[in-house]
Amino acid sequence: MSEKTEKTERFDRLSVFKTYKLYVGGKFPRSESGRVYEVTDSKGNWLANAPLSSRKDARDAVVAARKAFGGWSGATAYNRGQILYRIAEMLEGRREQYVREVADAEGLSKSKAAAQVDAAIDRWVWYAGWTDKIAQVVGGGNPVAGPYFNLSSPEPTGVVAVVAPQDSSFLGLISVVAPVIATGNTAIVVASEKSPLPALSLGEVLATSDLPGGVVNVLSGRTAEIATPLAAHQDVNAIDLAGADEVLAKELEIAAADNLKRVLRPQPVDDWAATPGIDRMTAFLETKTVWHPTGSLGASGSSY
Amino acid sequence: MPTNASAAAHALTDVTASDSTLRRFLHGLPGVDAVGLEGRAASLGTRSIKTTAKAYAIDLAISMVDLTTLEGADTPGKVRALGAKAVHPDPTDRTTPATAAVCVYPDMVATAKEAVAGSGVKVASVATAFPAGRAALGVKLADVRDAVSAGADEVDMVIDRGAFLAGNYMKVYDEIVAVKEACGTSARLKVIFETGELSTYDNIRRASWLGMLAGADFIKTSTGKVAVNATPANTLLMLEAVRDFRAQTGIQVGVKPAGGIRTTKDAIKFLVLVNETAGEDWLDNHWFRFGASSLLNDLLMQRQKLATGRYSGPDYVTVD
Repeated sequence: MSEKTEKTERFDRLSVFKTYKLYVGGKFPRSESGRVYEVTDSKGNWLANAPLSSRKDARDAVVAARKAFGGWSGATAYNRGQILYRIAEMLEGRREQYVREVADAEGLSKSKAAAQVDAAIDRWVWYAGWTDKIAQVVGGGNPVAGPYFNLSSPEPTGVVAVVAPQDSSFLGLISVVAPVIATGNTAIVVASEKSPLPALSLGEVLATSDLPGGVVNVLSGRTAEIATPLAAHQDVNAIDLAGADEVLAKELEIAAADNLKRVLRPQPVDDWAATPGIDRMTAFLETKTVWHPTGSLGASGSSY
Repeated sequence: MPTNASAAAHALTDVTASDSTLRRFLHGLPGVDAVGLEGRAASLGTRSIKTTAKAYAIDLAISMVDLTTLEGADTPGKVRALGAKAVHPDPTDRTTPATAAVCVYPDMVATAKEAVAGSGVKVASVATAFPAGRAALGVKLADVRDAVSAGADEVDMVIDRGAFLAGNYMKVYDEIVAVKEACGTSARLKVIFETGELSTYDNIRRASWLGMLAGADFIKTSTGKVAVNATPANTLLMLEAVRDFRAQTGIQVGVKPAGGIRTTKDAIKFLVLVNETAGEDWLDNHWFRFGASSLLNDLLMQRQKLATGRYSGPDYVTVD
């Protein structure tokens, strides 16, 4: 009798498959085109269907990112840091899920996948700390030959299209997304074509981390199909080509020249876990220099 | 048909003979099937308009825009900028058609007239104590005369919604007739119903007929100053009214949805409604207009996208 009960219990439960969806403007839409493609693990076993985004999804993501830019770039650096740290907290809570997804996607053992996920979470924390410090490192007061203040401060570039690395589906992804938004840009991320699931799951974390909708938008699908309209889009200010192969990178760079986008060319990365330095942050910063019209202060505390 | 039409027109003159005949006629209009109307409007909104048809629709929509600024903070400079934009909506591409008109407050008509002089772009002016319409008839008529004497080609009046909702149809009718008279022969009259304040589709149908009986050249949905402005459903209803009115009287009346139309996609949906309901005769800026301001920029961005193949952005159209 007890054996029978056990058996029915085991067969009663239907599997609950997860529907992976895009993350655009703080919402989780399917692709406008209605298309999906099959995502497999490293051995070719089916994992899930992911949305196959079209250029219209890219366009919608740009609109969302542009809308979010004012609020996000205008938020205080301290506030951005808090939100980024909150993202790290939320990731920590879903650690097991990401370990599983990364292990499936990259064919890693559980312990190696766990090391990747830990490094990725630590990377968020690292960038969260940088939000209110980068201005001191790359900006500051300039000595000028006159009784004036002259200040240089780093400003975010705007809407940045990020072609995420193809091989490192989670650590690589976070290593390119976090520096873009830490400095106040908004991002449209083209997830790894072969293994987009960790990126799509990241959207679920971002949606519950006080990050305003539209600051990060995640698209999955054929990299070339999504990145090409983004590179040509007149309302995108910069593009990070980390995940583009040589031929595609060249095409995208040509398309990006049309409205003088900032382009970060793909650089070979041996180990995503190594300390990244601040280059990825400064790549999407512009320096604004202002002359303060007030001269040196008199005894009264004012020069007027 | 002509004899029938004139006979029908004659029958309609009897309708306005007294308050009770007018009420009997308006309340005798068939009731509106709200679910059916909204369903029809929604289904017409699913048509796919692509490539050359889309290019045609975008240019047509641009030529139908009444570029509008109706703010308390309007300055002569802003009106001049708007006029320049109406004449050359996209300065980087002179093949872009001009808009139909600029729409301003009466005191800005002279400025606007100067800004669009010699271009064929018309100047429309709101009047009759826009947007509330809560003033004495004498004040409203003075408002209209001001606008017309300053050179307005078109006058957008608001009806007295209070009188309409109270069932005082004759008062509304008489006001429209008086305003029409004040417009004279030089200005076309657009009658704004403020559909968002009329509460029911039946009322919108009654108001449409009332406006047309009183001599409106255009019937217009709304002022853009209330929560609910032009919707596909209420525009469809008004398009049915102008179609039926022409069938009965032979007189063609224009339609102008205003407020809330912001994207090219929306504008094209309205054009489909026009074509499928009133017919091709209305697909011209003499008979159909969009009251809008932000719509034009989206139309221009879509036009640039079709021309270049790249998505455009708000940095490449003028800010207004």
